[in-house]
Amino acid sequence: MTTEVPHDDPVASGDPRDALPTHLPALRAFAISLTGNVALADDMVQDTIVKAWTHIDSFKPGTNMRAWLFTILRNTFYSHRRKHKREQPDPEGIHAASLYEKPAHDSKLAMTDFRAAFAQLSDEHREVLLLVGASGFSTQEAAEMIGIAEGTVKSRASRARARLCALLGMEVGEHMLDGIDGSTAAVMSKSGTQAA
Amino acid sequence: MGTRMTQDEQSGKRRKQGLNHQIDENLKRVYESALEEDVPDRFKDLLNRLRQQQEGGQ
Repeated sequence: MTTEVPHDDPVASGDPRDALPTHLPALRAFAISLTGNVALADDMVQDTIVKAWTHIDSFKPGTNMRAWLFTILRNTFYSHRRKHKREQPDPEGIHAASLYEKPAHDSKLAMTDFRAAFAQLSDEHREVLLLVGASGFSTQEAAEMIGIAEGTVKSRASRARARLCALLGMEVGEHMLDGIDGSTAAVMSKSGTQAA
Repeated sequence: MGTRMTQDEQSGKRRKQGLNHQIDENLKRVYESALEEDVPDRFKDLLNRLRQQQEGGQ
């Protein structure tokens, strides 16, 4: 066994399965954000782990294991969606309220609005925004994971953002503050109340 | 001529970038708040079971 261990591989041993635990938090975060349902998310993560374990031979050492796992997870998600077309997560019932109590005062309301709007997006829109906007994958990585062209990732992400703005009642050039100071709260809380 | 953006176009573009930036900030907060949660024990148990099955099968 003299296969080269890539320098960004957290595990120096030969078995890539040893690295699975390090990806669990990210897998769960992706699944929870995608489904808005912790129980369903955990079931999908469990399926993903079992599939990854039993199909570890299809993982190419030296490539991005997280991207590989996310790909399995999203495939699991879509096949689940096909089987359970009728069950939609309840946008208000997102564990949002119970789980996310961190933000203070008005930004809490803002995040609740944001989550409600995000939950109303299509699966494809939520997915692309999570991959390129939140979990730090490049457009190219996202394109490979979803199985579409890079240009499609960009246009899909752009449409998803526009849809999100529409749901939040924000118009480009209308409610925006020019001097952005990192506080997303003000804009979201003022305009979010108009979301349908 | 033609390639210069008018002031309106420029400020529109700036606003759009700012808006996208804010959306991404919120997306990160959604993702990161889920990321900070403790991973339930069922996953450690699952990995242990898989490992045992593998070792038992060899």
